[in-house]
Amino acid sequence: MEVWVGLFVAAGFAALFMLAMKVSNMSTVSSGDGYEIFARFGNIGGLNVRSPVRASGVLVGRVSKINYDSRTFEAIVTLTIENQFNQFPTDTTASIFTAGLLGEQYVSLTPGAEDAVLKQGDTIMFSDSAMVLERIIGKIVTDKLSE
Amino acid sequence: MKTEATAVSANGRLDAIANAGRRAFVFLERTGRAGLFLLRVLQSIPAVLARPGLIVQQVFSVGVLTIVIVLVAGAFVGLVLGLQGYNVLVRFNSEASLGTFVGLTLVRELGPVVTALLFAGRAGSALTAELGLMKATEQFAGLEMMAVDPYKRVLAPRMLAGFISMPLLAAIFSAVGVLAGYFIGVGLLGVDAGAYWAQMQSAVDFDEDLMTGFWKSLAFGFAATWVALFEGYDAEPTAEGVGRATTRSVVSASLLVLGLNFVLTAFLLETDT
Repeated sequence: MEVWVGLFVAAGFAALFMLAMKVSNMSTVSSGDGYEIFARFGNIGGLNVRSPVRASGVLVGRVSKINYDSRTFEAIVTLTIENQFNQFPTDTTASIFTAGLLGEQYVSLTPGAEDAVLKQGDTIMFSDSAMVLERIIGKIVTDKLSE
Repeated sequence: MKTEATAVSANGRLDAIANAGRRAFVFLERTGRAGLFLLRVLQSIPAVLARPGLIVQQVFSVGVLTIVIVLVAGAFVGLVLGLQGYNVLVRFNSEASLGTFVGLTLVRELGPVVTALLFAGRAGSALTAELGLMKATEQFAGLEMMAVDPYKRVLAPRMLAGFISMPLLAAIFSAVGVLAGYFIGVGLLGVDAGAYWAQMQSAVDFDEDLMTGFWKSLAFGFAATWVALFEGYDAEPTAEGVGRATTRSVVSASLLVLGLNFVLTAFLLETDT
């Protein structure tokens, strides 16, 4: 009987482990240590905390905090980048893109050409705001009307 | 003659009101007793922790004996989810998201809820019948006569066993369901295996989805075991009473689980973006 109970508990934990590693994103979540850099955006669209940060499409970190600066009227997005990706030049551009037509939004980092690299607490100099669908449609409509 | 008739009908109406009042009173009384019962069982749990043998014995009868039904049910639910999901998703050319669909549905909702319903049906009814029979044959009185506290010796180990078994059973259910969905989707319908796992992994969040399901299964294990134990301990000590208690145990435990599921989902689901 004890053997059966042991087997049951082991099977339960094996199932939990399988769910954690194989089904959920546990295995892709970084160990938590990384360095933080800041980016300012005029509009972050649908970006939220835990949104991915990608460089060349590869996941390098996640959005860890979003604040609003009431002096400059901008959003300050804190990006936590994994320590192994510590070679982004200081003139890196941060842009907010959408995965697919209606997918989730993510921050894309496009490296520049400077020799100095971004470190903990640095702010990214260049940023492109999110494309808001309504604004694009509005622009197209006004362009068509003015033709 | 006429006055008599009105008196009778007025009496009948009064009877109905009195009946409803009595029923409400009985319900309140039972609920109160169930609460006090739970308190006493929880108080007895520390004393049981010193005797793990009792808990192992109950985990066997509550958890191990429920595994087979959970395995079979999980496999069939996973198969159905695979078929249904594929059927809908293929219309939008997005059958690669089948993994997301199967994974999220099982981990968040169906895993804990269906397991809890099976648990109430298989383990809960057995617990109620066992305790009811113990009561009908006056075994509790016998235990007390020998200065053995039935709460510590009989009820608390069963409560703990239900609490331990439910999350493990729910995890097994979900895992088997995901594999069954894989078998249907990838094995038979030709969904890409890499896409099945990768899309599932990118959509199922450890904290928000997996832990939500885990907390739910803990709460359901607690609720279903509580109802089963109380109905058994509170059963009328006759053959008929035990039968009624068993039925009531399954019905109220299932309804409690479904109601609790709604409340917990509303609490745990982050609806804001």
